[in-house]
Amino acid sequence: MGIVMDIVISAALVVSGIFGLVGSYGLVRLKDSLQRLHGPTKATTLGVGGALIASMTYFFAKTGQFTIQELLITLFLFLTAPITANFIAKTYLARNVREDELPRSPADYGWAVYDDPPRQRMDE
Amino acid sequence: MSTRLIPHPLLSLTLVLVWLGLVNTFTLGNLLLGLLFGLVIPMLTAPYWPNRSRIGRPLKAAEYVLVVLGDIVVANIQVAMIILFKPDRDIHSQWVTVPLELTSAEAITVLAGTITMTPGTVSSTLSADASCILVHCLHTDDPDAVRDQIKSRYERRLMEIFQ
Repeated sequence: MGIVMDIVISAALVVSGIFGLVGSYGLVRLKDSLQRLHGPTKATTLGVGGALIASMTYFFAKTGQFTIQELLITLFLFLTAPITANFIAKTYLARNVREDELPRSPADYGWAVYDDPPRQRMDE
Repeated sequence: MSTRLIPHPLLSLTLVLVWLGLVNTFTLGNLLLGLLFGLVIPMLTAPYWPNRSRIGRPLKAAEYVLVVLGDIVVANIQVAMIILFKPDRDIHSQWVTVPLELTSAEAITVLAGTITMTPGTVSSTLSADASCILVHCLHTDDPDAVRDQIKSRYERRLMEIFQ
């Protein structure tokens, strides 16, 4: 493996480590649950992304083969991270936040955590 | 007939490609197994996609993916800076309400996911009739600018892709 590859791999790993650490630190440091959601949904994306880039580069340099599994892991992460965050946010709203603490929804119906959907939409 | 055999061609293609990616070696056996998955899974899940929307412009979708990937990198750095260097009392978290023009469930899902992955915002809940979305913003002094950015940068592109 050439020195260039070594540098690329190391750089990716260092970036990944820094962002993973900062994201986790945010989890400890920020004030309430909703703020804490911001740490793991974003800062850690680049953390995991860096590790995956390092892994791809390593196997490309070592075996000369291009692996796609890392790309798939990235894809699955992008699918699951927002959904998890959304579920946590909704649970937090339902348990800890009263409807009048939120801005009113400009529509005819309130926020889905508190209000039932219109009938015909459910039948669609 | 072909609509019943392959109800969702794009899903079938995605499944074949994902399968080949997962096993990571291209052989005839794997291709056949992937094709089998691509045929069977859309058929079994067809009832869950009652009126799915179509992606009208694949090129626009590719552009959207690139824009969002770039924004995710920026978002990571911005959020890291806030976590590291902003004292608690200077972090002004706010709720932002974004009225939606998108109507299809798939498009709204993509938009909500994008909002969560990009600068300082997490999508929290929809209004019950899905006509607006409630977004939690980690730090902003100008909620209107956040709303306008979401509408002009992401929703406008999604409208072009899905409609």
